[in-house]
Amino acid sequence: MHAVTVKGVRIDGTFAEAFGMRATAVVITADSVRWARQAALTMTGFATSVIGCHCEAGTDHDLTATQTPDRRPGVRVLLFAMSTAELQKQLQTRVAQCVLTSPGSACYAGLDGEERLRLGSALRYFGDGWQISKRLGGKHYWRIPVMDGEFVCEATTGLTKQAVGGGNLLIMGRTAQATLAAAEAATSAIAKVPDVIMPFPGGIVRSGSKVGSKYKGVPASTNDAFCPTLRGAVETALDPDTACVLEIVIDGLTSNAVAAAMRAGIAAVVKLGPRRGATRISAGNYGGKLGPHHYHLRELLP
Amino acid sequence: MTPLVLTLRARPEQRLDLAPLVPHRLAGMVAADIERIELQTTRRRVLLADVFSIRMGDAAQIRIEASCDRLDRIGHEMTGGEIVVEGDVGAGAGRLMADGRLTVRGSVGPWAGSGMQGGTFEIFGNAGDRLGGPIAGEIAGMRGGVVVVHGRVGERAGDRMRRGTILVEGDAAAYAGSRMIAGTLVVAGRGGPLPGYLMKRGTIVLGRNSDRLSPTFVDCGVHDLIAVRLLAGFIGGYSARAAKLFSRPLRRFAGDMATLGKGEIFSPA
Repeated sequence: MHAVTVKGVRIDGTFAEAFGMRATAVVITADSVRWARQAALTMTGFATSVIGCHCEAGTDHDLTATQTPDRRPGVRVLLFAMSTAELQKQLQTRVAQCVLTSPGSACYAGLDGEERLRLGSALRYFGDGWQISKRLGGKHYWRIPVMDGEFVCEATTGLTKQAVGGGNLLIMGRTAQATLAAAEAATSAIAKVPDVIMPFPGGIVRSGSKVGSKYKGVPASTNDAFCPTLRGAVETALDPDTACVLEIVIDGLTSNAVAAAMRAGIAAVVKLGPRRGATRISAGNYGGKLGPHHYHLRELLP
Repeated sequence: MTPLVLTLRARPEQRLDLAPLVPHRLAGMVAADIERIELQTTRRRVLLADVFSIRMGDAAQIRIEASCDRLDRIGHEMTGGEIVVEGDVGAGAGRLMADGRLTVRGSVGPWAGSGMQGGTFEIFGNAGDRLGGPIAGEIAGMRGGVVVVHGRVGERAGDRMRRGTILVEGDAAAYAGSRMIAGTLVVAGRGGPLPGYLMKRGTIVLGRNSDRLSPTFVDCGVHDLIAVRLLAGFIGGYSARAAKLFSRPLRRFAGDMATLGKGEIFSPA
């Protein structure tokens, strides 16, 4: 498929290749949005890629006091992994170490669904016998005594097996500053799309990877075809004037959410234009042989 | 949906057992079948048509009009649908109810909601003793669902309650929440003497302090807990008046230390 140029930004005739994942969501609340975000940020730390972190996590969006169970400000966090067992392990460990410990926090299910993961029912043992079970309507909460009062945590949260990980955009520009500006515009637009996260720092990856390495036992290594400093030394995918490539990786609770996020990202980069932002948008794939979800950029044009 | 309407002609000479008159038992019955249902509690046979006039309708919604306190076990083992009663009812209303909605626009006798497992039971008048409590020989009382009483309740409301919520807008007599195993009892009015007597776990919320709290409850101080806010949000759907109780920090008492001691009573600070 041929590339198209929209408002001066070239969009490659290629596609992003993504994989099925298991995902869950939790809602974290606190006395202020600052502390809700702090707990969410801590919980989603070191969760950029399943390759090294065993899970991918990020904040979906802030919630106002009227949108949360306890009428306090909150944040919705999404967590993705390759298996249900790993997702359960990561959820339990991260909520225990990062949310339970955060001042004034509470944690609730952020996803409905028949299949459930243990949340409070796994953490309740921290109460050492003083934990209190409370069922209100169809909800089941655990109250765990802690030093600032009680940590309230819903017993379970939902699990989805329809999640997709690895949606991506490769954003290329003539300077590092302009490329970063385009990537920032894209992440700001994608942040408004519900049910998706961008797990890397600020939503942006500067070290895109390819599968495998020349070294034994290294599962992934630098994507040399997109490294500007290797142009000429390797079979490059870059234009002669490309000085910087930044990638945005997107995980979503559904395939439609990932597509919507990619569409929003492309639109934001195109809107910024090639003079202040990126000159070209591409996407990463493995030839279509590995991931069942293919997002063709031509179908996501603004 | 046109309800099935049963209008009591006169106060019956004997107590009547209305346990057969629940939606799932009447489903598919024609008027002649319903008229021949036996309701007596003595050796003297009483058919439904002897004491009620019937206006046929969908049995999923039953309306009992001109009721009186001689009608026992209304809504017994109800599994769905709706029963609305105009007037007072006798003992055991809503006992072992599993789902559906039971409304009494009057007062109820003892053991209302006894052993209830689910559904919603709303009482516009007062409730007698042992609301939600077990009958003799049963280990646990109420095990689920919601009971709302707009008036007062008698002694031992929520006795041996294991799960579910009882919400009383008026006052409670002595021993409210006695021997509670778990669950939630909210009394928006005053709690009578010795609330939570021998409770193991569970939560009692009192709108006004009890006349006499057992010394086996220990003061844990005044707190503004998230769990109380969740409770307020849930209760607000049934009674705005009761939900107001939770708008300020409450004093927590833990007990009953004479037994397991993992229950709690919240009262105004």
